[in-house]
Amino acid sequence: MTTTFNVNKIRNDFPILKQQVNGCPLVYLDNGATSQKPQSVIDAIVNYYSTTNSNVHRGVHTMSQQATDGYEGARAKVRQFINASDDREIIFTRNTTEGINLVAHSYGRQNIGPGDDIIVSNMEHHSNIVPWQMLCEEKGANLRVVPIDDAGELLVDEYEKMLSSRTKLVSITHVSNALGTILPAAQIARMAHAHGAPILFDGAQAVPHMPVDVQELDCDFYVFSGHKLFGPTGIGILYGKAEYLEAMPPFLGGGEMIKSVTFEKTIYNDLPYKFEGGTPDIAGAIGLGAAIDYVNDLGFDQITAHEDELLRYGTDALSTIEGLKIIGTAEHKAGILSFVMDLAHPHDIGTILDEQGIAVRTGHHCAQPVMQRFQIPATARASLAFYNTKEDIDALVKGIDRVIEVFS
Amino acid sequence: MAGLSDLYQEILLEHNSKPRNFRAVDDANQTADGYNPLCGDQITLYLKVVEGVIDDVGFQGTGCAISRASASMMTQSIKGQSVEKAKEIFDAFHYMITEPGGELDLDTLGDLETLSGINEFPTRIKCAVLAWHTMNAALSGESKVTTE
Repeated sequence: MTTTFNVNKIRNDFPILKQQVNGCPLVYLDNGATSQKPQSVIDAIVNYYSTTNSNVHRGVHTMSQQATDGYEGARAKVRQFINASDDREIIFTRNTTEGINLVAHSYGRQNIGPGDDIIVSNMEHHSNIVPWQMLCEEKGANLRVVPIDDAGELLVDEYEKMLSSRTKLVSITHVSNALGTILPAAQIARMAHAHGAPILFDGAQAVPHMPVDVQELDCDFYVFSGHKLFGPTGIGILYGKAEYLEAMPPFLGGGEMIKSVTFEKTIYNDLPYKFEGGTPDIAGAIGLGAAIDYVNDLGFDQITAHEDELLRYGTDALSTIEGLKIIGTAEHKAGILSFVMDLAHPHDIGTILDEQGIAVRTGHHCAQPVMQRFQIPATARASLAFYNTKEDIDALVKGIDRVIEVFS
Repeated sequence: MAGLSDLYQEILLEHNSKPRNFRAVDDANQTADGYNPLCGDQITLYLKVVEGVIDDVGFQGTGCAISRASASMMTQSIKGQSVEKAKEIFDAFHYMITEPGGELDLDTLGDLETLSGINEFPTRIKCAVLAWHTMNAALSGESKVTTE
């Protein structure tokens, strides 16, 4: 049962939002880069280091068991959060990038060979391009890119034409970080499977905004970062179907990922530990668990409704500004408002907004192929979270007025 | 604390909207590309150096107001100067941008002094120095330079 959505009360849970920046109240609209943390997440991390800090799965002492319980408890929360069927399918990583690289190194090097195709889209983050380019170069495979239209929608027909018996993996974003497009993930997965190819979704920009059910999507891999989901930096998740993870070789060799080691032969550990070599970010995992609790308490029904309303309000407000163009106008969008202005370069927009305490991202958003597609060098991007308000959008509009004033 | 008006001075905005020497130089003999991977700012600088003197200079590319105005003002300040003098101007400019509160060589800097407010905006220093590092690269015979 969720409580009533009261954005002012929610904002009180985030200490950083009370700050002044450059003498103005902080207006934080850079959630696509990283989200802010509620007090409960900060407390969970402080509490872990103050009372429990020990290594996991090692000692017989009490605190080591408590640390293990906390760490494994967080894994169970993640499993429920994305509705995976088994805790063994949840691998802790550092971030989305590491999750993708893990699949590229472990699954990719074993299963992809000369002449095979890996399919990505034109709106991927660099982290879902470069690992595959590296793999293709090593193996003599081909990277195929599904085009997008002027609104930032994936051209599903083109994707269908690209699929073939050569397709060995499809790796596509669930929500575009630069454009906000929500992709038809279940359909994309079905089509990949029809050609026998596994599907990986980059969920970094999806999990903070919408419920994700990996069984319903029927995806084979799903990756995301904790820090965009109101948790700490340094912790991320790779979900993989057990049948894939079981067959894959380990990624990092070391402690934790073994059952026994001799110089003659090492027996690898079971899932998920096979992929968690070395001491993990225990505090990070526990912090992520607390973030998931926080999000679950709010509930995605309310989060999505609030963010959709803000996105509509922001889209309407920015659309009325002369000389401003929104980049990314897909029908289904998460809370991202990327824009360019005739008068000012995105960097200048960013600096002038910053002087008014408004934090937005400017640049190529680690998605240079998106910029090339729209023939622009960069955009300014306001990205929303559930703690943003209409007042934040009003401040952004006022900030843009100031940009116009400076450059007119 | 410097304000926006220290950064976006009128002369900077004017150079941004009407950049000088914003063209390729067909008979250039020293050119270099400058790129700031962090933000995507990109510049190609063309120099025609004859007997140690910068006879002609032009630039093309995309970037923010600060990188564009800085490039435009740089071309004005080095055109007709000896290579040695251009390097002196580089040093004076670089010092002004990266050492807030330092004593400025106003004789060497001339109009460039109006860009001094940028040193209060650490996130924008790379924008201001991109063209200058590109010039240094071109004069040293390097074809590419990145700042980040």
